[in-house]
Amino acid sequence: MTEAATGRPLLDASGVAKRFGAVAALKDASLTVAAGEIVALMGANGAGKSTFVKILTGALRPDAGHIHLDGQDRRFASPAQARRSGIMPVYQEPSLIPDLDVADNLRLVDVPVEPFRHWVNELGIADLRLDDPIAHLPLATLRILDLALTLAKEPKVLMLDEMTAALPTDLVERVLTVIRAQADAGRSVIYISHRFAEIARVCDRASVLRDGVTVGDFVIEPGIEEKIVELMLGGIPTRVEATGARIRDAAGAAETPRLQVRGLGAGSKLADVSFDLNKGEVLGVVALEGQGQDELFSVLAGFRRARSGTIEVDGKPASFGHPADAIARGLTLVPGDRKDALLMLRSVRENIALPQLAHPSKWGAIPMRREAARVADAVARLQIDMRAQAEVRRLSGGNQQKVTIGRWVAAGVETLLLFDPTRGIDVRTKHQIYPLLRELAAQGASILFYTSELDEVALACDRAIVIFGGRVVDVIDASQASEQNLMRAAYGLTEAGRQSSTMTEAQP
Amino acid sequence: MATPVETISPLQYAARIIRENPVIPLILLLCALVGLLEGLQPGIFNERWVGNTIRFAIPLAMLAACQTLTMLTGGIDLSAGVVATVSAFVVATLTPLVGGPAAIVLALVPAVLMGLVNGFGVGICRVHPLIMTLGTGLIGTGCLQVYQRYVINTGSEIPGFFEFLGTGRTFGMPNALYLFVPFAILILWGLRRTGFGRLLYALGANENATRLSGVRSWQVLMALYTVVGLIAGITGLLYVGIIRAPSLSLANSLMLPSVAAAVIGGTSIFGGRGSYSGTIVGALILTVLGTLLTLLQIPEGARRLLFGAIILAVTAVYVRITDQS
Amino acid sequence: MTRFLTRHSWSLGLFAILVILLVATRIIQPNFGASGLDSLARAALPFAFATIGMGIVVIAGGIDLSIASIMAVAGVIAALLMQQMGDASAGLVVLIVLLAGVAMGAINGLLIVLTRVPDIVVTLAMLFVWEGVALLILNAPGGTAAPWLRALVVGGVTIPGLPPELTAWLPRAFVVLVAFTLIIWLPLRRSKLGLSIYAIGSDQNAAFRSGVPIGMTRVAAYAFAGLFAALGGLSITLSTGIGEPIAGPYLLASVAAVVLGGISLTGGRGGLLGPIIAVFILRTLRLDLTLLSVDPNVTTIIEGIIMVAVVMIGGLLAMRGPR
Repeated sequence: MTEAATGRPLLDASGVAKRFGAVAALKDASLTVAAGEIVALMGANGAGKSTFVKILTGALRPDAGHIHLDGQDRRFASPAQARRSGIMPVYQEPSLIPDLDVADNLRLVDVPVEPFRHWVNELGIADLRLDDPIAHLPLATLRILDLALTLAKEPKVLMLDEMTAALPTDLVERVLTVIRAQADAGRSVIYISHRFAEIARVCDRASVLRDGVTVGDFVIEPGIEEKIVELMLGGIPTRVEATGARIRDAAGAAETPRLQVRGLGAGSKLADVSFDLNKGEVLGVVALEGQGQDELFSVLAGFRRARSGTIEVDGKPASFGHPADAIARGLTLVPGDRKDALLMLRSVRENIALPQLAHPSKWGAIPMRREAARVADAVARLQIDMRAQAEVRRLSGGNQQKVTIGRWVAAGVETLLLFDPTRGIDVRTKHQIYPLLRELAAQGASILFYTSELDEVALACDRAIVIFGGRVVDVIDASQASEQNLMRAAYGLTEAGRQSSTMTEAQP
Repeated sequence: MATPVETISPLQYAARIIRENPVIPLILLLCALVGLLEGLQPGIFNERWVGNTIRFAIPLAMLAACQTLTMLTGGIDLSAGVVATVSAFVVATLTPLVGGPAAIVLALVPAVLMGLVNGFGVGICRVHPLIMTLGTGLIGTGCLQVYQRYVINTGSEIPGFFEFLGTGRTFGMPNALYLFVPFAILILWGLRRTGFGRLLYALGANENATRLSGVRSWQVLMALYTVVGLIAGITGLLYVGIIRAPSLSLANSLMLPSVAAAVIGGTSIFGGRGSYSGTIVGALILTVLGTLLTLLQIPEGARRLLFGAIILAVTAVYVRITDQS
Repeated sequence: MTRFLTRHSWSLGLFAILVILLVATRIIQPNFGASGLDSLARAALPFAFATIGMGIVVIAGGIDLSIASIMAVAGVIAALLMQQMGDASAGLVVLIVLLAGVAMGAINGLLIVLTRVPDIVVTLAMLFVWEGVALLILNAPGGTAAPWLRALVVGGVTIPGLPPELTAWLPRAFVVLVAFTLIIWLPLRRSKLGLSIYAIGSDQNAAFRSGVPIGMTRVAAYAFAGLFAALGGLSITLSTGIGEPIAGPYLLASVAAVVLGGISLTGGRGGLLGPIIAVFILRTLRLDLTLLSVDPNVTTIIEGIIMVAVVMIGGLLAMRGPR
């Protein structure tokens, strides 16, 4: 697109690797960005994008690999150092201090007012007052201010992480225009986004990460989306494994659904979600990060109140002020982060038996034998390795996850809400969990199953809903749930998704 | 995820032993202190001395039970000393007026009341337990002073039962032990074998996880601080039986050591970890240490300094061991 | 102007309450005048300094439970050194005491940063440690205060050229308070360090992303708290003329004044004007109750209840707040 794009790269990272304990988050990542170029960094959830970004901006130190800036080998010890040499990120979470006003925030990071004002105007925020406290400003404005603050420091390499995620359409336009102008003025931009439409509009190239390895680098041209989706998935041909006959009770479909959700909205991300979860069904939820699935699960589990919409359990309206209310109606949550669910310092037994003691009527003497039997049953059904049972934190990740599920299995499952239960656990455990879900469903339990690993939809679910921009954009049957189909839908590339994305952007 | 092969240094190994059985090194420390005392003043270790040491360790261990129970949830009760003093003073001044049994009941009313207020502040208003209990302690002291003006002429008398417990001996051991042993067994059993006990650990280990499991934490905290108030009140009754002279600051001197006893006994001040058996040994250690410091004529200032340093050092070590902050 | 009003509405409301209380005092005690104001200001001085110190660490998202003990240490150091070194070098003593305060605060902060033990636990332990130190320095009330220093906080202001009847209304203790607050806090508030203190209390992660040195800022906040605690300790010694090793009731009072004054216990929010007015409200209330010949112990109870209620309401508000 630009002449400079062919010149010597301004930033050149190669062979970057990073391990966290036993997990290799990055194996061989590379990225080159020339002056005047905008490069999209792409990859599915867990491909290593965020680790790579942290290394490039000095928040993490790599185990191996080189980062060259302007031809010089650089190793950044801190974000401040990376910033001084000209690599400046705009993170997804605002880095403005909520209780200070705009002017004080500028002084805190030594940014002069005039260039900042210039960029704020350029980016389309006209009525900003410098004595506005940050906490009073909407998220979209904060992201724009963060960008303006960074631009005012005149970066050599601008790194934008999901910059447009919270923005209305008109501001997205402004942002895209401004960063294109930045590139045309000879600066480099690394653009991280899930939105193909934007990437196609402003980016020159796209670099694709998969499982910690950079697997491709493309010049953006029409029709490249399909190729990129395929590459993110690993070029594996569509594989819908035979998952065994999922014979649902013919009568089941006619019955009242276990869970009926209509028009549910919460927070700034969950806009309007409706679905039915039947008895004996495993319903998958597929979404890119931050499309409202966190809010959906929090509302259903009683952790937060809905802004709009209704929930019905077994045909009767439900409203939860505390997880105890949700549990009373049979809705139990296995959260995404095991650290939220487990008493890491306590034994497997205490962890599994915890819900049984919640109500004040159960605070007396524990029926030890009955408890032991119940726990043993859960341990056997989940095949939990009990060698380190005295403290849950000494169990492997997979075993820990089994304990959090086992807690509800011991209590008797009605509706299980699973939020990405297989993230970061070993393959063997995963393949113990899928049959368990099928077994629970066969016994009449209903399971809502959010997963970031798309092949799991075909492996464990009956159907899957796809959420994009806080709305259900597609319902896909397990037999059709190839990773490509799901990925296309999750990226909003289907017709419904395109509509939804414009609707979301139109929201203030 | 494969479990990495564990390589254990001797220090880590020792840390693990301490973590799993904090009572063993504590008993060793206790024996060492007694040995040191015997070395400094040969002949001090005899049945009479042991009896006396136990007698003075018991109220400390009971007050430290308040700290252990609250600390398991990540809290603390700095009003326990005042509560004990209030109960002791009320019982001593009311006995001549209404008789022993009624006085005992009336003395425990303010204890439970203060516990309830603490529970309300901590559980429902989510005030930090330290600030809340410090505040109620201050109010309690004020109330006691006002109360004192109205009963100044009635004289004081300690119910015979508590005087018997506090001063008498049976089979060579102080009678207080016969109140304390069932008390200790009840606490130990309650922490291990009741739902309430389990929830105290659970709340301190991960409040979010208990919420997820359907526990309403305010219910647990309300009940906890009320029970703890009651324990502090009973401690006051026993303590006035031992000291036999009610005063407006009777049990206040036990306040600091009670926190130290729980911390030394291995109860984590962040919650989720600890046992009452450790606290009991901690109380014994502090009592012996007190004798030792008196013998060495260490001034009061250095004692307080030492208590503070011990609490900080022990907590810092626990942070290192459990890698939790 | 309206913006100024909304921003400072809390402080203005507090100020109105203070004025009402002062008017009430005048009604209860018609001859309440210059000397009454003087003793009120002098009684409030240590509370105000303690509150400023506590306010700074609370803004930084922490708490300092050892503040009253630091005051005790500063008070006894001052009393003892003035007795030993004589009146002439009292100025030097003041400097030493303030440095000692900064050092004690910095030790608190360093221990929090280095041991990674929560601030509330560290400062609880240090409460005992500093209390012990104070007792080791002076195990019973003693020492002296230099008369010329005492004169700085006792009585009304005299300004040459103005009639004394006019200036006598302004207590010197109040002038000292305002002067130190203006000299130390105002420049700090506008400086980058001051902004960093607000930043780490407001949102530590955002502060880290913006490149604020978290540990150093925290140590600095505690050091400033130590400095103001030392000023508080010094003012006790100056107003009583003697060093008192047992810490006064300044801990809870300062927390209550901080909360009442509009500083959020979760950190990052509030200024120091509100808390200082809150201190005067609490002191005037005590004065009024005493003038109404309420039993001083009942007064203590009422004060205690107000403080606990303020903290409880503050807790409820913090829970309902945006975070």
